[in-house]
Amino acid sequence: MSNSEPDVTRESATVLNRTDLTRRLVARLKSEEAVIGGIGFTNFDLWASGQRPQNFYMLGSMGLATSIALGVAVAQPQRKVFALDGDGSALMQLGSFATVAAVAPKNLAVVIWDNGAYHITGAQETLTVKGADLVAIAKGAGLKQAYWAADAGHFETLVQRALINDGPWLIAAKIDKERPAGVTERDPVKIRLNFMNAIAPGS
Amino acid sequence: MPDPTRTGQPGDDWREQVFAAFEQGGVELFCYLPDAGLDSFISRANAGNQDRAVVLTTEEEGVGICCGAWLGGKRAVLMIQSSGVGNCINTFSLVTNCRFPFFLLVSMRGEFGEGNPWQIPMGRTTQAMLELAGFQVFRASHPQDAVVMVTEGLKMAWRSDAPVAVLLSQRLIGAKDM
Repeated sequence: MSNSEPDVTRESATVLNRTDLTRRLVARLKSEEAVIGGIGFTNFDLWASGQRPQNFYMLGSMGLATSIALGVAVAQPQRKVFALDGDGSALMQLGSFATVAAVAPKNLAVVIWDNGAYHITGAQETLTVKGADLVAIAKGAGLKQAYWAADAGHFETLVQRALINDGPWLIAAKIDKERPAGVTERDPVKIRLNFMNAIAPGS
Repeated sequence: MPDPTRTGQPGDDWREQVFAAFEQGGVELFCYLPDAGLDSFISRANAGNQDRAVVLTTEEEGVGICCGAWLGGKRAVLMIQSSGVGNCINTFSLVTNCRFPFFLLVSMRGEFGEGNPWQIPMGRTTQAMLELAGFQVFRASHPQDAVVMVTEGLKMAWRSDAPVAVLLSQRLIGAKDM
């Protein structure tokens, strides 16, 4: 696998599908990697991809998926940790990109689904439509390994690189406005305990 | 350590004891936004093992990181100024909904001897806001209160899966003399 990356921008990135990409990502997880699913359709599709016990689903606290994942990554440096979040959520906590860059956890990858919309509330436009480029912002915040996925195959290549090589990583995919494939169950304590048991040291 | 921007320094030994309480309480990660009233704890957190100190861009991030650390089995604390409590309110739903143990150390502004009117609205509402958000709040106005409250507050947070906040009052840490 080459380390040279194609020059992909938000404009040139192929429009992909969140349900499909979430399933492609989850299919590549073989070692009990932790996944934090951000608020909204992001975690609905994570739920629909197979309800792994190593998934944590956020149903509130918009914007914190990356921060929660950073905490898990720092606590368990041997485990790969993914944060999945939408563009609206990411825009709410852009500073967390700088924090991730400063802490520089080798085991963390942030995946952003960018459909330019606050999808779950009625698909109102986000500022990524007006020109805010989350990969450029991430790079500016110090995350050197930040990339747009050119297409689904390239997305999988980037995920595989994040699984094998040191992070932190940020992988952004431009996605459509299809609805998610499921709805997450909503008991927060159950979600926490299932996740903690699944990633407890020694498990 | 002496802080020339603060009046009424009661000496640093209580700060040392508070930090020792954090270490004895098993705290392995310190997330913070700087404040003069927290400076001594920030310096101590950053001394030696730098991996245990995380400077934040906004207080909300710290709520996420501390909860995430506990998901992974590590005890983390959040250290912020009272103005930052207002920034956190929505994120506290993560703490209470999931029943996370959570420990918050707040240096107060906007109360005893405050000279900056912009600090006063949050100074007046911090404790009530935390209580409305579900926190058990201990207010320390004397050095030994701070040590005992941090020691017992940490126990309460982790034994009871409870959100606990210790407020370091301006009576204790002094008002900014500017």
